[in-house]
Amino acid sequence: MNRLALFVPLALFIGLSLVLLLGLDKDPTELPSALVGEPFPAFNLPSLEDEQSTFTEKDLKGDVLLVNVWATWCFACRIEHPMLNELSQQGVKIVGLNYKDQRVSAKAWLVERGNPYQFNIFDAQGSLGIDLGVYGAPETYLVDAEGIIRHRRVGVVDERVWNAEFRALYEQLTGAKQ
Amino acid sequence: MRLMALFTLLLSSLVVASTEVVEFSDESLRPRFQQLVEELRCPKCQNQNLADSNSPISQDLRREIQRMLEQQMTDQQIKDYLKSRYSEFILYRPEVNKSTWLLWGSPAVILLLGLLIAMRHNRQKPLATASNSASAADQQRLAALLDDEVNQQ
Repeated sequence: MNRLALFVPLALFIGLSLVLLLGLDKDPTELPSALVGEPFPAFNLPSLEDEQSTFTEKDLKGDVLLVNVWATWCFACRIEHPMLNELSQQGVKIVGLNYKDQRVSAKAWLVERGNPYQFNIFDAQGSLGIDLGVYGAPETYLVDAEGIIRHRRVGVVDERVWNAEFRALYEQLTGAKQ
Repeated sequence: MRLMALFTLLLSSLVVASTEVVEFSDESLRPRFQQLVEELRCPKCQNQNLADSNSPISQDLRREIQRMLEQQMTDQQIKDYLKSRYSEFILYRPEVNKSTWLLWGSPAVILLLGLLIAMRHNRQKPLATASNSASAADQQRLAALLDDEVNQQ
């Protein structure tokens, strides 16, 4: 018998170990997004601030902006909020999608913690949430001037995530526009 | 006895909590609904299907599936609708395509490989026994040794 053939099981074992080792670094809760590169889904929903007025996907066009899915029942949103305030001060345009929330408590939240949003879409039933494939708040989408989703983050956007995932793409998109 | 009563009470509340009344205009939709919620995965709680999960997103998706069934959408249309939003992850039974052919094909490949190895192994067997069997001279020596052993006892 060929002596080299004796090493085949060892080679297989090492190969499998490497594959599993690489898998350890992956976050299993992070789903691949079906919407990156696609236009923002159509919607027609009321404003959080003013019940009478409504927004549609056309209101998201014209500027590079972040769409942030948040709710007062969402604990991680509390952690994220100061970062959104800071980004908004730096001139980043952020649109809020208030997801399955109460109007009164959502408004109180914005008074209490500051309002980083250009405007807020009020999605009480979570219908736009389903169209976006939202499965947990907070989620943040980077939408370009044509209304195409360029990046999606499920979970908190903090300094580290902003620098690693958003900053370069955001600067590229806004720079290209000017 | 009181403990027993308490236990029964607890049990009954569990049963109430897990049943969700789903009303259909046409009862023939119910088996399809059941099949779909068992085959689709909850995006939030990843190791449960929509039928088992009590998370708000699963409740919403069950309601959504019910709505789509009532709208006479086919199972494939409903799956495509959810796939376009939550990606292929939502299907517990992935479709055969570029990224999943290895997954679907590997059982057949491994089975073929196993059969090949088994066939080769069987063919080599007679050869192996032939080479292991002792020569006539060795047989005689072995018999002599055994005889000695028996005689000594």
